[in-house]
Amino acid sequence: MKLFDYFVRPRPPSSAQTAKDRLQILLAHERQDRSQPEYLPLLQKDILEVIRKYIEVASDKVEVRLQRGERMSTLEIGIELPPPRGLKLNSVSAALAR
Amino acid sequence: MRGKKTVVIDFDVGLRNLDMVMGCERRVVFDFINVIQGDAKIKQALIVDRRLENLSILPTSQTRDKDALTREGVEKVINDLRNEFDYILCDSPAGIERGAHLAMYFADEAVVVTNPEVSSVRDSDRVLGLLSSKTRRAEKGEGPVKPHLLVTRYDPARVAKGEMMKVEDILEILSIPLLGIVPESPTVLSASNVGTPVVLNQGSNAGTAYADAVSRLMGEQTEMRVLGPERRSLLQRFLWRTA
Repeated sequence: MKLFDYFVRPRPPSSAQTAKDRLQILLAHERQDRSQPEYLPLLQKDILEVIRKYIEVASDKVEVRLQRGERMSTLEIGIELPPPRGLKLNSVSAALAR
Repeated sequence: MRGKKTVVIDFDVGLRNLDMVMGCERRVVFDFINVIQGDAKIKQALIVDRRLENLSILPTSQTRDKDALTREGVEKVINDLRNEFDYILCDSPAGIERGAHLAMYFADEAVVVTNPEVSSVRDSDRVLGLLSSKTRRAEKGEGPVKPHLLVTRYDPARVAKGEMMKVEDILEILSIPLLGIVPESPTVLSASNVGTPVVLNQGSNAGTAYADAVSRLMGEQTEMRVLGPERRSLLQRFLWRTA
């Protein structure tokens, strides 16, 4: 029966396949970061400082993303707010058309 | 080997090794940095290969650091060489620092050498990003530097066993045209041991693969073949000595 199990049991993916999958996921992220203009991290820092004047936000809760399209580009700013005093707030998201 | 006048420039300042691989390390008097700084004329620094009269080597400095390379200096040397040579090969150091940046900056075409390892493929992707943004062609809007992919250390037997990424996988990830596949081969080490380029070794699969890649770079249509490990006849095996 053991021998039979060997044939039926799904084989683990080959290490070459794992390598390919890991690279594809990683490079998709890296390419996106690379296509972003250099001022984005600075913009993100400034926005964070302004918001921090009023609300306590963790530094990793602000996400700024620029998407360039053929006819329209969008600057997306996502800020995840902490739930204050048991109140559940949705994340605030603003999109500016350029 | 094809009758084209060719010069190879070593851009790995401080870690000179092109001279060693090409077997001319004892003939280096002046180097690339001397020429850039005006201490020597380009003719004094060029080393004509003893095997191929059309091939010259411009070694880099072993003692200076990479800051000795300036964009203006490199540009002037390349412009001088342009008049005399059909092909100028800029041998880039690994990495993305100054030497690598200047090696790619003035390029029209680029050969990205990668092996089937995740680290190598990831770095190649990064370099391809730089080729399309941080080169003179990209900055002047003259169209991108034409990239070619050369896969080295390829082992078809391990690929068949699923232990190594296929060429197709690497191409799918990097999506640039394939220039050649160089099989893993002991002759590569033997060649560098004695300072003779492996492409001059006609009996070597790696040498043949490099020769094929050169043909394709020059625009010839050559069938893409994956050469397996070298097979030796019984007699050769019997007489085999490590090189």
